Parts: sequence; structure tokens; C-alpha cells
Amino acid sequence: MTASDRAPTTIAPALSWSARIAVFTRMFAVQGSWNYETMLGPGIGFCAEPALRELPGGPDGPAYRDALARETRYFNAHPYLAAVAIGALVRAELEGRPAGQIERFRTAMCGPLGSLGDRLVWAGWLPFCSLVALLAFGLHASPLVIVLLFLGLYNAGHVALRAWGVSTGWRSGLRVAASLGSPLLQRGPQYLARAVLFLAGLALPLAIARVIGRRGLEIPSHDWKIALPLAALFAIVLAALLVRLPARVEGWRAALVVLAVLILISIAR
Amino acid sequence: MIGAAQLLPFSLLGALVGADVVSFPQAMLSRPIVAATLGGALAGNVAAGVLTGAVLEMVAMETLPVGASRYPEWGSASLVGGAIAGWHPVMRPGAINHGVFVGIATAWAGGWSMYALRRLNGVWAERALPAMEAGSRRAVMSLQLRGLTADLFRAAIVTAIALLVWTPINDYALAHWTVGRAAAHSILAAAAAAVAGGAIWRQSHGAAGSKWYLLAGAVLGVVLVIVA
Repeated sequence: MTASDRAPTTIAPALSWSARIAVFTRMFAVQGSWNYETMLGPGIGFCAEPALRELPGGPDGPAYRDALARETRYFNAHPYLAAVAIGALVRAELEGRPAGQIERFRTAMCGPLGSLGDRLVWAGWLPFCSLVALLAFGLHASPLVIVLLFLGLYNAGHVALRAWGVSTGWRSGLRVAASLGSPLLQRGPQYLARAVLFLAGLALPLAIARVIGRRGLEIPSHDWKIALPLAALFAIVLAALLVRLPARVEGWRAALVVLAVLILISIAR
Repeated sequence: MIGAAQLLPFSLLGALVGADVVSFPQAMLSRPIVAATLGGALAGNVAAGVLTGAVLEMVAMETLPVGASRYPEWGSASLVGGAIAGWHPVMRPGAINHGVFVGIATAWAGGWSMYALRRLNGVWAERALPAMEAGSRRAVMSLQLRGLTADLFRAAIVTAIALLVWTPINDYALAHWTVGRAAAHSILAAAAAAVAGGAIWRQSHGAAGSKWYLLAGAVLGVVLVIVA
């Protein structure tokens, strides 16, 4: 029996727990061979492969080979939300959906999974967790606490998102697009943006104060009292300048130049 | 001059945090606040590591690791920056400045090495294409494992080269450092906070009431700085 002979079903097909665990574990390496030609494609095939072995005929059968070939073709998405596509594609392959339908689904999912993931994770959750860590740093938490707080918080969201993604994809199959319209996913980036702005206002002054070093760095208090307001003023002016400059003027390059000049002046004096 | 025995643990750790940026497991072990702290701890001065990590974290908030864009590789670079800052058990004036400078410069070079690896992965993927189109499990597995292994090697090499280059320069720079600690740290903190603040505003100012959330946080932050 080939894949095209099998009729699509509404109930999810059977999938062993060992295959589910293998698919989930491999998702952490989905970008292992990321490249500019096929992007995430080979990674999708790599993640789906343990489940595809359960196709009729097993790993030597034509259904497995056809499905694996399809799943390794060009694909691009946010690496965490690629889990949604992996879950849906595995189900579609096991249900024996037509190849054309699966390929159209792959093409259609690239954009939404990329932009939603970028807004939710890279522009929302990651800066949020970074600022929580900087707040802990500014409040003089120990290095161990700062690192564990950051990694614990970030990865609670990270692993939960991957687990939600693969289970939602598996549950909904090729109709998974509707799940991406859930209020939490659509409004989540907005809520996170407000939290990030509040945390930035709170954490950055405390972080500046700690870097300048009122405690532990033996900086005299009269130096500190002058340095802190001047640093805050310099930071505000430079930030305003960076916001107004074109996006191609990157702040990290500006910081590199400022530091290089400072180091050269300090050595040459 | 750094010896091979000293270089090995840094390179191994650099490989792990460097691969974490993209390949595996993207658990943000590669973020400066983590990697620089680890670098400082391994060099013997965790306080210098976390200080460098916090400053680099502010700078790194600007660069989003969005798919096809080329961005600095903060993982192994932060480890090197933290290690350079913590190289001497007693934190010398200028040590954090130099650690942060090394971190950003190495991240820049690391970004290029990541770009080169992605091009190489493309060449390998193209070669494996006929086998993958035939549904070969072996082709898919070997492509993925080759990419992962190459990324580990890339990050280890970036770490080793950066430490070999920067440790003697660090010793020279710190021996001739003249700017006071308060001024040096003020410029450092202000530049990093400006990059972070500007980046956050660019990314998040579209949210309703954005300036009020920022202002409310800033008022509370300033009060805490004054009373703490």
C-alpha cells in the first residue's frame, strides 16, 4: 500500500511514544544544518524521520522514502514554532495526505510561523528574560542566581512553546493554521512589549548603577555621585540618537567604536 | 602567553555556548549574561565575568537572531570577553572595558564565521540533494550531524584564536591603563544602556501606551537606585 492509497482520517493516527519522544528531542537540533539554500528544510526531515519510520513498509518502504524526501525540501520558520509544522506534517504524512496538499501547506506555513515566532520570542520573550536577569544583577543578586534565574525562566517558556507547538500541530494536522490565531498568540507580543518597556525602565538604571560600582569596586562616593548622573544623561542622549539614526547604524558597532577610542586614549595618555 | 592546557577547557566550553547560538539546543546558554559569567568563573574571577556579561547582554539586546540575517555570534565571544575580564584575580581598572571590547569584537568575527559555516552547509546540502530526494535516511542524518559537528569546531576555533590573540593585548592594555575606574565604567555602562534602550524602543514602541510603561519603570528604577 502506498501513501496515496490511504484515505485521510479525522482521528489522529497511532504514533508510538518512542517516536514522539525522538521527534521532540530532535527538535532542539532542528537548525543543525541551517543554510541559505534549503534553510530549515533538512532539519524538518531530521525531526520528522523517527515518526516516518511508522509509515507502512517501514524505513525501507517507498512511503517512508517519498515522505522523507518531501520533508527535507526548502522550509523556513522560527526554530521554536517550526514544532507546529513538524507536528502537523508528521500527522499529514501518517494520514497519507496527497503530496501536493502537504507541499502547499509547507509553503503556506513559512511566513506565519516565522513572523509570529520572531515577534513572540526574539522581540518579546528573550528581551523580557534578559531584562529580568539585568534587574537581578542591578539588585546585587549573586552570579549563580542571575544565571539560574535567566536560564530557568527563558527555558520554561522555550520548552513549553516547543511542546505546545508539536502537540497542537499533531492534534490539528493540516488545519493547524486556525490555532495560530488564538488570542494568546496574537496578543502575546503586545503584552510582552509593554512588560519589556516597563522592565527596561526599571532594570537599566539599576544595571548602570551596579556597573559604575557603588558597592564592591572601591570607587569613592564623590566620584560615584558625579559619574552616575553623567552616565545616565549620556545613555539617554546616545539612545535617542540611535533611535533616530537609520536602522543600518547599529548600536553595537557604535559601542565598539566608543570603547576602542577609550582604550586608545587610556593607553596613549 | 596562554598555554594549551589553559586553552582546552575554554575551547570546549566555547564550542558548547557557540553551538547553542543556532545549532543546538538554543537554550540561551550563549547569552552574554550566561556565557561571560562562565568565562569569568573558568578564568577564576566570576565577579568580573558577570559584570562583563551584564554589559554585553545590554549590547546584545539589539541583535535579534532572525533566520537569514547576519548577526554577531555572542556565545563564544562572551565566554572570551568574560575570561579576559577575569584573567587577573584582582579586578584591575580597565579590565571590564577591555573584556567588553574583546567580547564585541570577537562576536563580530564570530558572526562572519557563522556566515561561512552556513555557506558550507549549503554546499553540503546541495551535494546531498540527490540522495535526499531519493529519501535516504543516511543522507539526512549525515548532513545534520556534519553541520552540528562543524558548528562545534567553528566555535571552539573562534574561542581559541580569540584567547590567543587577546590575552597578550589584554596584559599590555591593563599595564598601561590610565583612565580612572569611575570614568571608565561610566562610559561603558552608558554606552551599553543606550544600545539596549534604543533597541528596546525600536522593537516595542508600537505597543499602546509604550512611553508610559517605559516612564513608569524608569521612575521606579531611579527611586530604587537612590534608596538602595
